[in-house]
Amino acid sequence: MNDISKTVIAILAEQAMLDPAEVDGSMTIEALGLDSLALVEAIFAIEERFDISIPFNSAEPGAAGFDISSVDSIIAAVKGLMAQEAA
Amino acid sequence: MGRVVITGAGTVNPLGQNVPDTLAGFREGRCGIGPLDIRDAHRLRISVAGQVQGWTPEAHFDAKDLGLYDRVTQFTLWAAAEAVAQSGLVFDGALAEQSGVILGNSGGGLSTIDDNYRTVYEQGKDKVHPFVVPRLMNSAGVSHISMIHGLLGPSFTVSSACASSNHAMGLAFHMVRSGMAPVMVTGGAEAMLCFGGLKAWEGLRVMSPDACRPFSATRSGMVQGEGAGIFVFEDCDHARARGAEILAEVAGFAMAADAHSIVMPSREGAVRVMARALQDAGLPPEVIGYVNAHGTGTLANDRTECAALHDVFGPHINHVPVSSTKSMHGHLIGGTGAVELLACIMALRDGVIAPTIGFERADPDCNLDVVPNTAREARVDVAMSNAFAFGGLNAAIILKRV
Repeated sequence: MNDISKTVIAILAEQAMLDPAEVDGSMTIEALGLDSLALVEAIFAIEERFDISIPFNSAEPGAAGFDISSVDSIIAAVKGLMAQEAA
Repeated sequence: MGRVVITGAGTVNPLGQNVPDTLAGFREGRCGIGPLDIRDAHRLRISVAGQVQGWTPEAHFDAKDLGLYDRVTQFTLWAAAEAVAQSGLVFDGALAEQSGVILGNSGGGLSTIDDNYRTVYEQGKDKVHPFVVPRLMNSAGVSHISMIHGLLGPSFTVSSACASSNHAMGLAFHMVRSGMAPVMVTGGAEAMLCFGGLKAWEGLRVMSPDACRPFSATRSGMVQGEGAGIFVFEDCDHARARGAEILAEVAGFAMAADAHSIVMPSREGAVRVMARALQDAGLPPEVIGYVNAHGTGTLANDRTECAALHDVFGPHINHVPVSSTKSMHGHLIGGTGAVELLACIMALRDGVIAPTIGFERADPDCNLDVVPNTAREARVDVAMSNAFAFGGLNAAIILKRV
C-alpha cells in the first residue's frame, strides 16, 4: 500500500472513529459509518493534506467526477486529482 | 385573544426593491439569481448568488446616517419605510409607548466585520473606524427602526439561523394577539454576500455551482440571497377602527426544536412544527391552499420536507400547491421567511401562486405539486410558510385571507 492510500485511509478512519487496520478498500461511506458532516470533514482533511481541491457538493455527492462510492474509489479519485495538479 | 392582521409590507430583495416589483417577479417566475459580483469573488468556488442589483443607498439615506448603516441595516430600513408608509400609521402617544420592533437575522453586519477584519489582519492597520460596533450589531436595524418611527415598546432581534425571521414574526404575532402591543413592526433581513461570509458557506459543501432548483431531480444545492422583508402586524380591531387596508390575517404560528443535528434536518421535527401551527390556527390541514416551502434545493432539506408534508397532510398533499421561491431570490438565511411571506400574501390576496422555477425533472423522493416554472391562478384561503433552520430550530406561520 502506498503513502497516498495510507493517508486517505487514516483520514477516513479518524472520522469514522475506527482503527485504520479495520478499514477495507471495498467499504462504502455507509459501511464506515460516516454521516454527511463527517464526510465533508474528511474531504476537507484530504484537501489540506494533499493540497488539492476536491469537487464535492453534498447536494449531488459523486457528481463532478469525484467518486465516493467506496474507500478505493476515493483513493483513486485523490490520485487522479494529484496527477492532474502535477500535470 | 385578539386577532392579528398585516397592514403594511415592505421589501428589498433580488427580485425588487419594493413589494409591487417583487410580486411582479413572483408572477413572472423571474430569476433574481446571477453571477456573483463581490470583492475577491475569483477566490470563491461559489459563483452565483441572489444579489440586490442597482442598490443605491446614497439615494435613500443621508450621508451622515449612512455611515452607521451596514448593508443589512440599509435593506431593513428601506423595507421598513415601505411597510410603515403602507400601514398609514403614525406612532405617537399610547400607540408609540406600546408598539415595538422584532426582527430576525443571522449574520448581523457581516460586511462590516469582513471589511474591518481586512483592515486589521490583511492590511495590518491598528486602527478601525469608530462606528464598527454600532454597524455590526445584530440588533442595529431594530434600534434604527425604533428611532426613525418613534417606537417605544418591546424591541429586540431574534437569531435562529434560517428561521430567524419566522421566529421574529411569531413573537410579534404573540405580542399583538395577547394584547401586549397594538402594533409590532416585524420581519427580518440578511446581507451575507461578502467574501468571508460566502467562504464559510463554501466550506459546508452545500452550495450550488449554478442555480437553485428546489425539488427538481437535477437540484445541486442552495444559492444564497440577500435583502429584507418587513411587515406591520396590527391588532385587528385597531386596524378596522381606523379603516386600514388589511393584507392578510396571521392565523397561527408554531415553533419547535428537532433536538437532532446541528446541520441535518429532521422529518419528525418538521411534522411537529407544521402540525402545531395548524393546531394554533385551529384549522385542519385540508384548508391550506398553498405552502411556501423551506425548499432550499439541498438533498437533505427537500426530501425531508417532502416526507414531512406527506405525513402532515396525508393524501390531501396531492391537492396542495407547494412552491419554493428561493429558486428566484435565493436563500436569504435569517431574512428568508420574511420575503417568502410575501408569496403567501400574494396567493391570498391576488389568487396567484408563485412558482418553483428551475424545475427540470421530478424527483420520486419529492412527490409534490411544486408549481413548476410558471405561476398559477388559484383561490387560496389559507397559506403556510415553513422555515427549518440549521440546528433544528423550526418555525411555521399560517396566514388567512381577509
